[in-house]
Amino acid sequence: MTAAAPTVAKVAGRTTSRAGRSGSVAWMALPALAIFLVFGIVPLVGVLLLSFTQWDGLGAIHPAGISNWRSVLSDPGLPHALFVTFEIMILSWAVQTPMSLLLGVFLAGRQRYRAFLAVLYFVPLLLSSAAIAITYKALLDPNFGLGAGLHLDFLAQDWLGKTNLAIGVVIFVVSWQFIPFHSLIYQGGVRQIPTTMYEAASIDGAGRVRQFFSITLPQLKYTIITSSTLMVVGSLTFFDLIFVLTAGGPGDATRVLALDMYKRGFQANLMGPASVIAVLLVLIGLALALILRRLGGSTTASQQEGA
Amino acid sequence: MRLIRRNWLGGAAGWLWLLIVMIPLYWIVVSSFKDQAGFFIQNPFALPADPTFENYKLVIESDFPRYFMNSVIVTAGTILPAVAIAFMAAYAIVRGAGSRFLAGVNGLFLMGLAIPLQATIIPVYLLIIKMHLYDSLLAIILPSIAFSIPLSVLVLTNFIRDVPKELFESMRVDGATEWGMLRTLALPLTRPALVTVSIYNGLAVWNGFLLPLILTQSPEKRTLPLALWTFQGQYSVNVPAVLASVVLTTLPIVILYALGRRQLLSGLTAGFSR
Repeated sequence: MTAAAPTVAKVAGRTTSRAGRSGSVAWMALPALAIFLVFGIVPLVGVLLLSFTQWDGLGAIHPAGISNWRSVLSDPGLPHALFVTFEIMILSWAVQTPMSLLLGVFLAGRQRYRAFLAVLYFVPLLLSSAAIAITYKALLDPNFGLGAGLHLDFLAQDWLGKTNLAIGVVIFVVSWQFIPFHSLIYQGGVRQIPTTMYEAASIDGAGRVRQFFSITLPQLKYTIITSSTLMVVGSLTFFDLIFVLTAGGPGDATRVLALDMYKRGFQANLMGPASVIAVLLVLIGLALALILRRLGGSTTASQQEGA
Repeated sequence: MRLIRRNWLGGAAGWLWLLIVMIPLYWIVVSSFKDQAGFFIQNPFALPADPTFENYKLVIESDFPRYFMNSVIVTAGTILPAVAIAFMAAYAIVRGAGSRFLAGVNGLFLMGLAIPLQATIIPVYLLIIKMHLYDSLLAIILPSIAFSIPLSVLVLTNFIRDVPKELFESMRVDGATEWGMLRTLALPLTRPALVTVSIYNGLAVWNGFLLPLILTQSPEKRTLPLALWTFQGQYSVNVPAVLASVVLTTLPIVILYALGRRQLLSGLTAGFSR
């Protein structure tokens, strides 16, 4: 494959029949490209432009220079929203990764009962964030929820009314929702590890724990990076869950960036400042994806190492 | 196959996770059959002393069928075109390897994976208003198609790459066009991946909340997650009714999952682990 690639490129460069052929497939990419440009890339540029304007969401749009940026960047709410966003991102990563890894390894075994458990494991994946948030709100209600019903004082707290507890609840519920998905990714990763490696290790007398740390974990390096990238970039988009569960409260305790954007834009009708927040979200997402990819080394190196 | 070995830690995590998943689910279902008095008085895990369908009746009579149909239209209206055009794009990217244009297109889609596209919602809102589509189901469908393209193309290119080159070559010798090869060769061989991508996108659109919240307004245009949210506001005292609405919005998906589980799980594992 590596040998063929330069040849194709060279021939294509000479615009011979080969190039004409790749030109004749290119049109098939156009419909997807068109709609992605209109609703993905153009808005990406648009949000940057809008961040320099004043717009209430209904009336005319007026240029506003850098005033939005100045006001948002000097707003003490911003460092707080950034802090909460990263706090939830990092803590939910730290909860989800070990659990997904363990479950993924567990599910990669092929016993019948594991297949049965897998049926039940993935149900949270099917529920909408709105449904999950509504359920947990009712479940954790201090007066009618689980704690009150079971007469357990430690459960009957005002979970969503206290700052630290509310963040803990968000992290728990996020993990409840997404661990199934990530354990699935890990399950796939584990199944691709050649069994001969484990056989060789057993012959050398390596125990289960040793094998996990010397074979499973290093072999899953790129799976860990894929899963972490999805978790981390995905956590920037936690909107519906937090919106329905806490609406950013108590106070501003769970007001993450995505929610901050919505509240400024669609509740306070300040689309300019909201666009500033959106631009920050895009920049943070790209930066995190690049950092994670750097951690994993380049993709070609990964494939060679994996082979 | 000595892969099947004792794995105490994994086993413990497995059973713990089962509890964590099943307790809330059990509670939702059981509570949705209780009347209000029973819900407040009884042990939360006890089976309803006097099981009632009143909650379900209340939800279904409050326009549930309309919201259900809206969700069906939005979901089908998104995944059919989205998967079709993503498949064509993935085919072009694999078959046209070496073309700088197609490499650029692929790069653009990959970048889409790293960008939280929800951050573009304000210009999308503006665009939808300018297109006079605000407060229509199409307003939800068009951006949903665009947002589902990056991941679909990624998964589908991975699968189409696995089709042996020799098959394409021999069909070309027989005079087949690219369009013909896409239909008669690539399409049947990548059918599992197409199903996977459809299910994955379908779930995301069915459960989508942000686009309907921002791009529609009137109650007749509500989809299920949004209806659930408004319903919760109206019936905040009637918790069993709210939980019944949670069950009703989730039930169709759970039934589909029960039918297509194997396909969903094997497809997702294969699609993401490369």
